[in-house]
Amino acid sequence: MSKQKPSDLSLIEPVLDSYAEVPGSLIAILQETQAAYGYLPMDAMEYIAKRTGTPIATIVGVATFYAQFRLEPVGKYLIMLCQGTACHVNGSELISAAISDELGIHDGETTPDGLFSLEHVACLGCCSLSPVMMINGTTYSSLTPDKAKKVLRSLAAESAEGGASA
Amino acid sequence: MRLIVGEGSCGLAAGAGAVHTRLQELLAEANPTGVELGITGCNGMCFLEPIVDLYDDEGALHRLVKVQAKDADKIYQAATTGDLSLVDGLRISAEDAEFLDKQTRIALRDCGIIDPESIDDYLAHGGYQAITKILAEGMSQENVIHEIDVAGLRGRGGAGFPTAFKWRAARDAKADETGQKYLICNADEGDPGAFMDRAVIEGDPHSLIEGMLIGAYCIGASEGIVYVRAEYPLAIIRLRKAIEDATARGYLGDNILGSDFSCTLRIKAGAGAFVCGEETALIESLEGKRGMPRLKPPFPAQAGYWLKPSNINNVETYANVAWIIVNGGAAYAAMGTENSRGTKVFALSGKIRRGGLVEVPMGTTLREVIFDIGGGIRNGKEFKAVQLGGPSGGCVPASKLDTIIDYAELSATGAIMGSGGMVVMDESTCMVGMARFFLDFTAKERMLEILSRVVDGKGEEGDIEKLEELCYAIKDGALCGLGQTAPNPVLTTIRYFRDEFEAHIAEHRCPAGECRELITYYIDQDKCVGCTACARQCPVQAISGERKSPHKIDPTLCIKCGNCKTACRFGAVQVR
Repeated sequence: MSKQKPSDLSLIEPVLDSYAEVPGSLIAILQETQAAYGYLPMDAMEYIAKRTGTPIATIVGVATFYAQFRLEPVGKYLIMLCQGTACHVNGSELISAAISDELGIHDGETTPDGLFSLEHVACLGCCSLSPVMMINGTTYSSLTPDKAKKVLRSLAAESAEGGASA
Repeated sequence: MRLIVGEGSCGLAAGAGAVHTRLQELLAEANPTGVELGITGCNGMCFLEPIVDLYDDEGALHRLVKVQAKDADKIYQAATTGDLSLVDGLRISAEDAEFLDKQTRIALRDCGIIDPESIDDYLAHGGYQAITKILAEGMSQENVIHEIDVAGLRGRGGAGFPTAFKWRAARDAKADETGQKYLICNADEGDPGAFMDRAVIEGDPHSLIEGMLIGAYCIGASEGIVYVRAEYPLAIIRLRKAIEDATARGYLGDNILGSDFSCTLRIKAGAGAFVCGEETALIESLEGKRGMPRLKPPFPAQAGYWLKPSNINNVETYANVAWIIVNGGAAYAAMGTENSRGTKVFALSGKIRRGGLVEVPMGTTLREVIFDIGGGIRNGKEFKAVQLGGPSGGCVPASKLDTIIDYAELSATGAIMGSGGMVVMDESTCMVGMARFFLDFTAKERMLEILSRVVDGKGEEGDIEKLEELCYAIKDGALCGLGQTAPNPVLTTIRYFRDEFEAHIAEHRCPAGECRELITYYIDQDKCVGCTACARQCPVQAISGERKSPHKIDPTLCIKCGNCKTACRFGAVQVR
């Protein structure tokens, strides 16, 4: 049913073992599963259902309720663009347009080369330095459309260099 | 000499990490004696980040602001030679220093002062004195709750419910045969524009732990859980370390400080859902389920986490508790107004000159916070409104700026105290767009459809009334507090800015010049010098003109991206 290639399920064995005795750990299990694969593969969720005895509908229900969980692979760089009030007031829409213009992707999409994904997120809590975006854990603040594009270009260049030397 | 780099999320976003790294390199190279490098959390002056506090050998503070990595050499020189004139160019101005001088800090008492990763630093600043006092003096649960009652502390997360009342209810609730009760901290700071809870956890995690310990003691809970949102990775790291350190020192675990009181603490990371800030939805999420609010009653005090008696407060509420026990409830209650005691932290952002965290006594006016402390509006523009309380709150206009900070007074404006987000807007912010923004946040339904057509210039007569009607229907029908308050941003913007809604609908005009479908970009022929900067930035070649003579925008080609306006250094590109 899934076009994705089968996942290496041994990656989640230790996760399932560590939460085996802790009730109510489904969200934590899914978080660690996503950390292992970069997203939640369907076969991994089916495996979790089998191992924990939780109905698959419950697991998918939780996975689709929370914004953090992704059912598709994401790019090497995940751009989390803040959609908080302060960012809105300080022009986050222009930043979103600039990113789309630079990469040709919109909210929830990934570039064909698999380098960048764009995700609109709720407030990142850096409101006094808005507009902001977070890419792989690093926060970029006081953005302008130009500054945002420069950040993306330098990441793309960094990735190309890393690829050449590897 | 001590060099302390401000490393909250804001400081790091502004480049504090690079400053720290460079200072560390310089120190490692020369290894000078008498110079220490350390970190602290956010002192609230986000507008001046990155900040380095230099303490000289007499202990006097020299605050250096907007420090970049290239300044590190200069700072290092000053610290090693003692010639502080080297860093005169980086010193905070007297005017900016007033930002802190005009505040009263209780919840934020240690933020930006202590090293959040050092339990010894917390102890050196009076930390864990409150829990030590309670256990050493054998204070009864009721005695402790009485102090909180005298203080008049009310929930700082939004609803403003009296903390002592909640604690008594959880204490009096009968536990089942296991005797289990839970104490929970709501650190799912979801309101956009509010970041004080993040600052407290990142800057003073032990004050949260101590406040929670006292709460757990009062209700008889042996386990505490902190529900932290996933968007706050640094807060999770610092809190995890603080819990480990507190456990190692005997402030958490079995028989705390030799008493018969035992309590453990753990962190649960949220997964991104605004509704989980509502306490029963948060409990569902803690149990690993979808975060759907429960019907009340029963309240969490009777049947909360795993249906056991549970108490939930937010971070800022707990951060006040230790101070109240050490200084007495009366000292806390001496500040503020009749119904709103003590202090409240606000997060100032938007079009404000000095954005950051502000803690003031209740009773202070909005004007004092926004203008005296925040410095008013950036770039000489006019104040238009301040959004209070996030998606449950509302927009307060200039005519209400003398409203005092008090739960009842703020509610009377149609906004709420909420968690303390204050997003300031100027004349260039469209209020219809703001209303739509909040609905996009809380629901993507019928009201959003109407507002979307209004901002696109396709609004119809009667749309405003339809919106009001829907707002009241939602208020009446909602299951939880978030639903009941979700229409507030729409209702208050209509109440105070009805003329803007009418302009959109009747005249197809956006007075703030923000709604794309309703505006036209043009070039002021008197201001344009013909530098061609705008034409080079235009992605659709809609701008034409000879070099050194005024340019023109072809409105039929223009896609209203705004690049030209950003590019123009002469203010010639305008919007109507």
